[in-house]
Amino acid sequence: MTFLQFIFYLFAAILIVSSLLVVTVRNPVRSALFLVLAFFSAACLWLTLEAEFLAIALVLVYVGAVMVLFLFVIMMLDIDIAKMRAGFTNYLPLGLIVAVLMAGELGLVMFSKEFSAESLPRPAGQIAEYSNTKALGSLVYTDYVFAFELAAVILLVAIVAAIALTLRRRPVTRYQAPEQQVKVRKEDRVRLVTLPTRPEEDA
Amino acid sequence: MVELVVYVWDSLPLVLQLGLKIGAIILPLLAAVAYYTLAERKVIAYMHVRIGPNRVGPRGLLQPIADAVKLMFKEMIIPTNADRYLFVIAPVLALAPALGAWAVIPFTDTLVLADIDASLLYVLALTSMGVYGVVIAGWASNSKYAFLGAMRSAAQIVAYEIAMGFALVGVLMAAGSLNLREIVLAQSGGIHQWYFLPLFPLFIVYLISGVAETNRSPFDVAEGESEIVAGFHVDYSGMGFAVFFLAEYANMILISALTVIMFLGGWQAPLPFAPFTWIPAIGWFFIKLAGVAFLFLWFRATFPRYRYDQIMRLGWKVFIPVTLVWIVVIGVARFFTPVGYWFA
Repeated sequence: MTFLQFIFYLFAAILIVSSLLVVTVRNPVRSALFLVLAFFSAACLWLTLEAEFLAIALVLVYVGAVMVLFLFVIMMLDIDIAKMRAGFTNYLPLGLIVAVLMAGELGLVMFSKEFSAESLPRPAGQIAEYSNTKALGSLVYTDYVFAFELAAVILLVAIVAAIALTLRRRPVTRYQAPEQQVKVRKEDRVRLVTLPTRPEEDA
Repeated sequence: MVELVVYVWDSLPLVLQLGLKIGAIILPLLAAVAYYTLAERKVIAYMHVRIGPNRVGPRGLLQPIADAVKLMFKEMIIPTNADRYLFVIAPVLALAPALGAWAVIPFTDTLVLADIDASLLYVLALTSMGVYGVVIAGWASNSKYAFLGAMRSAAQIVAYEIAMGFALVGVLMAAGSLNLREIVLAQSGGIHQWYFLPLFPLFIVYLISGVAETNRSPFDVAEGESEIVAGFHVDYSGMGFAVFFLAEYANMILISALTVIMFLGGWQAPLPFAPFTWIPAIGWFFIKLAGVAFLFLWFRATFPRYRYDQIMRLGWKVFIPVTLVWIVVIGVARFFTPVGYWFA
């Protein structure tokens, strides 16, 4: 077993165990953290395929941003484990359908000739100056530029929609106007008054 | 003698060589963190016209050692209803990315532990993971104050990371590389070629976002003493607290190093002739690093803490638009104006 194989089996084992724990652990926060571990192990596996841009982007986007927001929401939930267990039988049929579908899809990939190890040999190691990032960039911005721009526009629409859905201005709430706050000068707020320093001496 | 050293070094197994190299970066870094805390107390004291720590050792120079020993021998208390495992693992998660990012920092042209192609992305990915330590600590402590601190910190870090990332997009557009060593080499030729001049708005945005990312004053709402006691690490004592402290200062030094590499020409001398070249390359790197690190302390002594809505407004409504506009400016200037060479 070479060192690379050892690394592969190590990260693959961590990935599988942590993905199992995501669905079996009772505490949702821990479950989300195991999902982080799963993403991270997957990124390490991609690194062994010399796909360093995708691997680091996975960590950057999913671990660094998406899961932080997930945790943000999950941590604010009032966790009642007994109540969550109660819905188990209700969701079981739906879960089973999804599981069977996913297993079928995996089986299609694994047992078809198209994706077998013989028809898709491991690509040869790249030359020294080869840059994964550069190759991906030139593909995305030349051959697939329309698809790429389309995806960008869809995401932009999603952002606008999300903001529009959550933007509720209640008339009773009073807001600060920072542009007016920074315009304030000393003369507007401070009034200097000259007072006699000592009481008038009377008689 | 030299041959003997080289021979012994080459005969060591690779794992041991790597371990020694990592130790040669981490140990001086931890020593630097210790004395950075002393420098902070001294600098702020002088700015307040005080003397600062002066009891332990000559002129207080042994103060960080005394602090470290005290923290090591204190009991680490785990609150009764805390999540034990996450409570213990949170400080480690805060420190590990801060140390791991140093693997790709080029100290000079040849002195770099891992000269990888995507080192800029690597640094971005690792620094974005530092927030887990804070968030997990806040949740696992099972305390309202700690939780509020964690929530504030998470929102703030996510907001400023975007501005920081966009500032770096500008740098990589100008340098045409994701490799930190090549980014420094693209700035060679003298101080006028350093990126802080053509990318001045990005430089300012990066520096201020760096202060916000490390939860330093004036952006330290995550540990605002007057509002939420000490924020996310209020329940930590002894070594747990010390590791959070280490992570914060290691992160500050890391952000300083990245600012130097990305905007201040890395190890290069300001002008490529004597007497500037008398100082070796690594000397220039550390001089610039110390200069930026000093700014962090200066900020803390100067500015009052931002209000929370002001922080969010600055991040989303000022910094992100500024970086987006400047990315367009770089692209246009580089290809359609006579000063294009300046942006490359």
